[in-house]
Amino acid sequence: MSIRDDLMALVRGDRGADRVVPRSGQSARLTFATSAAMAFLAVFAMALSMAAGRLADRWSDALAQSSTIRISAPPAEMESQTWAVLTVLEQTPGVDSARALSDEDQQALLAPWFGPDLPLEDLPVPRLIEITETRQGYDADGLRQRLAAEAPGAVLDDHNRWRRPLAEAAGRLRLLGWLALILILGATGAMVTLAAQSALSANEQVIRVMRLVGARDSYIAGAFVRRFTIRALTGATVGVAVGLAAVAILPSARDTAAILTGLSFSGAGWLWPLIIPPLAAATAYAATRIAAFRTLKGLQ
Amino acid sequence: MIEMQDAAYGYGTEPLLSDLTLQLAPGSFHFLTGPSGAGKTTFLKLCYAELLPTGGSISLFGQTARGLSRDGIADIRQKIGVVHQDCRFLDHLPVSENIALPLSVTGKGGLAQDANLSELIGWVGLSARAEALPPELSGGERQRAALARAIIMDPELILADEPTGNVDWEMSLRLLNLLVELNKLGKTVVIATHDLALIRAAKQRVQARVLRIGGGRIMAAGADL
Repeated sequence: MSIRDDLMALVRGDRGADRVVPRSGQSARLTFATSAAMAFLAVFAMALSMAAGRLADRWSDALAQSSTIRISAPPAEMESQTWAVLTVLEQTPGVDSARALSDEDQQALLAPWFGPDLPLEDLPVPRLIEITETRQGYDADGLRQRLAAEAPGAVLDDHNRWRRPLAEAAGRLRLLGWLALILILGATGAMVTLAAQSALSANEQVIRVMRLVGARDSYIAGAFVRRFTIRALTGATVGVAVGLAAVAILPSARDTAAILTGLSFSGAGWLWPLIIPPLAAATAYAATRIAAFRTLKGLQ
Repeated sequence: MIEMQDAAYGYGTEPLLSDLTLQLAPGSFHFLTGPSGAGKTTFLKLCYAELLPTGGSISLFGQTARGLSRDGIADIRQKIGVVHQDCRFLDHLPVSENIALPLSVTGKGGLAQDANLSELIGWVGLSARAEALPPELSGGERQRAALARAIIMDPELILADEPTGNVDWEMSLRLLNLLVELNKLGKTVVIATHDLALIRAAKQRVQARVLRIGGGRIMAAGADL
């Protein structure tokens, strides 16, 4: 029997074959419980991965296409260096707009640390210039060289040193989430294999009788494969349902959100966990089929 | 149907059976006799490819036994009905489902078979016990159920290993009569037994060939049987 026939039989079911193999309580419970637990964990791994992805996108979007120039100069030169920088920026390809932050803007930025009554004019606070880049961006090295020539007190911060490690960390976290999913599937396959082997060994006498009356190995394997696939599918469905409920009741993300409070799905992302039960069933199908044929081959 | 040419079978270096050369022709009736442990069951197992010869060759329905794949063996067994001494039932299924098992596992079960199944269960006298579980049956009932299971696929060959080993004389004759009836329908029958009285009783009903296994070899039995 080919895998295609096997799958068709899986969908159609075979009441006779299902009855021939006795229901073994322990392996049934083990497969169901393992699939449910693994699916539950898989939902969280998926939520982690997606949350990390959103975080990476958010950090990238927030910092992308913007940069800052900080001008530290004596008060007498501050104005002239600011104009020089703005002039350079006007002539720089890839710069969409540039704006020197006003004293009020800078005071608002510093207020969280120094309070609202900060005497900005008495402090050597550098002047900040906010740059918005075009989609293509500008040549940061070239701009640095021109700034060094025109305004020696200007320092360009294109946010790369902040953005890159954050985006990389979030990207790795996302990767870890998917890796965890793969490991969970692998562990599910291993557990189902053990349960299937245990069931096959426990039913050695049944297998001998079936062979005696002319059953082909594909028929015998099919009876076990169908049973374990359905158990894995049912267990994983329950696990996903519980996992989604658990994710749904987690605290929601706020402005101060860290990765933990953002651990959830958003929009169509809530549909992604629905692929876990079919994946668990496919894993169980493959694991049981391999285990069954290997065991049957070993039985004379 | 089954042809053996210098066939041998043994564990390790010592052959249990050797120099087996014979043919089981269609429609023939054979008794296989010999002391316990002589190799009667092993001979039957060679006939349905539960064991493969370690020497010589055995041809089953025109195919070399040693060249058969797993599926090939399954196909051969669909042409052979086997009645084991210990019957080998699935104890969690009722008698009727055990009898219908060959149909189920070969995909030939279905509503159309139900009438034939009931008829067969009636023929072996188990209508009242059809829904009982195998452990609830007496020795004779188990043997009759095993016989019904062996013939439900309308096999060409019936192999019975000590089918009267656990039953009284009356039941032995009843089982023998069922096997003789099947032979008259054209089935080839091989019965392994050490019950000489049964063989004598059979010879009054059917033309049977008696084979004796002894010393690891098989030979035609003497006229005293």
